[in-house]
Amino acid sequence: MAKAKTFQELILTLQNFWASKGCLILQPYDDQMGAGTFHPATTLRALGPRPWRAAYVQPSRRPKDGRYGENPNRLQHYYQFQVIMKPAPADIQDLYLESVRAIGLDPAVHDIRFVEDDWESPTLGAWGLGWEVWCDGMEISQFTYFQQVGGIDCDPVSAEITYGLERLAMYVQNVEFVYDLAFNEQFRYGEVFHQAEQEFSAYNFEMADTDILFRHFKDAEKQCQELISGNKKLALPAYDQCIKASHAFNLLDARGVISVTERAAYIARVRALAKACCEAWLATPMGEYKPRFG
Amino acid sequence: MADLLLELFSEEIPARMQAQAAKDLERIVVGALSDRGLMFEGAKTFAGPRRLTLALVGLPSKQPDVSEEKKGPRVNAAAKAIDGFLRSAGVTLEQCETRDDGKGAFYVAVVQRKGRATADVLAEILPECFAKLPWPKSMRWPQSTNAPVRWVRPLHTILCTLDGDVVPFVFAGVASGNRTRGHRFLSKGEIEARRYDDYVRKLRDAFVIVDAEERKDIVLHEVKNKAFALGLEPIADEGLLDEVAGLAEWPVVLIGTIENQFMDVPAEILQTSMRTHQKYFSLRDPKTGQFANRFAVVANMAAADGGKTVVAGNERVLRARLSDAKFFWDQDRKTPLANRVAALAEIVFHAKAGSMLDRAHRVALIAMLLADLLKGDIEKAKRAGLLAKADLTSGVVGEFPELQGVMGRYYALHDGETPEVADAVRDHYRPLGPSDQVPTAAVSVTVALADKIDSLVTLWHAGEKPTGSKDPFALRRSALGIIRILLENKIRLNLLVPIFAALELSDGQRERRFVDRLDGALSNAILVKGIADDLLRAARTRTASAGGNATAAEVMDFFADRLKVALREQGVRHDLIDAVFSLGGEDDIVRLVTRVTALQQFLKTEDGTNLLAGYKRAANILRIEEKKDGRSYPGEPDPALLSLPEEKTLFMDMAAGRELIAAELERERFAEAMSAMAKLRGPVDAFFDKVTVNAPDAALRTNRLQLLARLRETLHTVADYSKIEG
Repeated sequence: MAKAKTFQELILTLQNFWASKGCLILQPYDDQMGAGTFHPATTLRALGPRPWRAAYVQPSRRPKDGRYGENPNRLQHYYQFQVIMKPAPADIQDLYLESVRAIGLDPAVHDIRFVEDDWESPTLGAWGLGWEVWCDGMEISQFTYFQQVGGIDCDPVSAEITYGLERLAMYVQNVEFVYDLAFNEQFRYGEVFHQAEQEFSAYNFEMADTDILFRHFKDAEKQCQELISGNKKLALPAYDQCIKASHAFNLLDARGVISVTERAAYIARVRALAKACCEAWLATPMGEYKPRFG
Repeated sequence: MADLLLELFSEEIPARMQAQAAKDLERIVVGALSDRGLMFEGAKTFAGPRRLTLALVGLPSKQPDVSEEKKGPRVNAAAKAIDGFLRSAGVTLEQCETRDDGKGAFYVAVVQRKGRATADVLAEILPECFAKLPWPKSMRWPQSTNAPVRWVRPLHTILCTLDGDVVPFVFAGVASGNRTRGHRFLSKGEIEARRYDDYVRKLRDAFVIVDAEERKDIVLHEVKNKAFALGLEPIADEGLLDEVAGLAEWPVVLIGTIENQFMDVPAEILQTSMRTHQKYFSLRDPKTGQFANRFAVVANMAAADGGKTVVAGNERVLRARLSDAKFFWDQDRKTPLANRVAALAEIVFHAKAGSMLDRAHRVALIAMLLADLLKGDIEKAKRAGLLAKADLTSGVVGEFPELQGVMGRYYALHDGETPEVADAVRDHYRPLGPSDQVPTAAVSVTVALADKIDSLVTLWHAGEKPTGSKDPFALRRSALGIIRILLENKIRLNLLVPIFAALELSDGQRERRFVDRLDGALSNAILVKGIADDLLRAARTRTASAGGNATAAEVMDFFADRLKVALREQGVRHDLIDAVFSLGGEDDIVRLVTRVTALQQFLKTEDGTNLLAGYKRAANILRIEEKKDGRSYPGEPDPALLSLPEEKTLFMDMAAGRELIAAELERERFAEAMSAMAKLRGPVDAFFDKVTVNAPDAALRTNRLQLLARLRETLHTVADYSKIEG
């Protein structure tokens, strides 16, 4: 059991592992999003009856988590490795543990546990039951059986596994400061991303033009609704707009211009878009759906 | 006799659901069995991270045979009716008995039903039982069946044997068998088990302790032993013990070290962080109580390296956690608590009751009023009231909400606030539950009362009154807290005054007027007292003209109900509380309870019992006659019309008694007031013995009714006797 020595080796190991389990190895989605779950390969593909297996890295943007490159493990941009399997295989927990062995964590000397942690995304109208997986007291993955997405029952139920790559790599490499991670043999993580964390923190918290962002939010919302109104069923382009609206909201939130009460209202607006997109998706050839559960 | 062994083996069941699930499983299966006439000698249930187990001993091998009687038509009924009956009962005419009910003979079919084999009954009912388990949260997953079920997590195997033989059935697409699995990492392959003893032993060999109680014992002993070896002891935490026992099939206790750089952080933060995030036990020095730089973690693993890697990993995680906590603690102290107050405007208290800043203002103002009333330090009450909620904007409380108050005290002390103010910031939340102590220091008491009165009155006013089991804002706890603080500190307070003050302040405009002055007053003691006095005056004006204020009346009724609950445990009769409360105008809880206690003592005496009987008799006569006449009988009886010696005596004694009773009540000497009342017992008894109230002479009758009305009125100065039972 060789440890994944570098950050990119960790990614390659996970990709190879899940490829060997029949997953499509997809690439990151080309829109800014808060988590790998937003990728249409998860959100939309988790709906409808068609089987689906995919794994991919997704850069995740959390504007509020920016710390100007000064926090040992908080980043406004980080990587998630996302696995989605529909229907959830009966041995999905064992498959997951195999992947943990593959990256070099030996369960014989570690304490690996599944601790209750149910997942919910108010913006996607999605929820599922599952666990956070602990290795020696540290959360190394999130494990969820999707129950609903866009307010629609998932049938069959998918299993979603999310690895927080930086945190996992820090554990495997025994590094305390994220920027010290070996990205490969030559480069450290800091050389790749430290400047970006500094610049984007300034943008997220100080410079982002809120008028423009408010406008972007409204425009994206309008365009999204138009693309799926009436007989138009352009679910995928509409969903892109939903992702954009969500990111604009996250930036506005980081800029501190959204009050507590407004916050709930904005989340509800994004959720309405996500739901409409999911419904539209189910009327498309790849999403076709006949509900079985009431 | 047969024994049942049942195990449902699944993916990890949330720790908080395990114990209840085991109880529910037993209740449901036992209920289904007894509905089918199957009794047994003993039951055991167990729960753990991956399995629910039920063992029943002494089941019969089959259900008892039963004979059922079916009443049929009369013997002379139409042939069609008789045929129909025979068909439906499945018997021939020869098998029927004939009986006579006095009105004629009729047929009775006696049907013998053979009991079914227990195994068959189990196979039928168990899947239904499992489907009925009421999980707090359940899910769907892909199941190889057309009738998928919801369960807590995906189910993998079912072991079910009756006397060693598999009871065959299918649930959630899983067929029952006699196999299970051991520990996820420490054991390999399947285990066959046929009987309970066998099952428990084989699982133990496979690194699974089936019984949660045994796992708890192991954890407790191991934590104690390992702490003892270091000269330490664990800080007891029953909830954590339950939880960790639900997270490990094979609990192994390991000790880790907290880095010295964190030992300056308050122990409450360290303990809370370790408990909530990491589920570690904190340790301390048994002699000094000093928080130790060690923690105990319960792993689910006998690791190949003796736990070195696990400890190192946990210490690493803890370092990151405590760095966060320490960062917040260091940051928080850079901003004085007083400078945090303004930011409370950002936190909503209730949509209709403003922000936490509004709340802090109201709490400060009510605390000032209380300090004014109770001759306390108004200035300190104001300061503590304003600062009470300020720690809600701190980083530590944002991370650990349960440390509210505790952190406020630390920050207040750091800022150089007086110890009384700092303690009040912490203790104003108390009592947190029935077993928690009430604050006793003067400033803490005023702020604790103000906090609860504000919460109760403003939320009630905003329409959040508790209904049935719903009490989302814990208003019952607030009311009970107020009662306990007043009673246990023997604080004399007219509760309506702060209640009306809270109502005055729940009006935004009026609140602003007071708050503006509060901001202006700074620390000018005279101005601050002036504000308290003005609020007091406003509240008293409202109290005086309050006849129709619904909220105040409802809140007082609510107090009466809470008081009954609180006093019931001390053996105080609820009807007596009603009897005193319904006199109206009593809003001093301490005086009320003294009066109720005196009344209860009095009613235990012979005089008391007889006087109550006399009262009831008088009240009954009055009720009937007043109804008949359509009028009441107020006013002084005319001494000239008193003809019999018994009514004269009653009149005279009552006149003297009334004055005495009034005087004693005035001085709040309730026992003495009761004694004065007791002297009326003789005259009342004699009156009813000798005097006819409904005399033929109308004037005489009216005068006697007036005398009785006078008696009722006199007794009512102590309590409304009509509310007293018995």
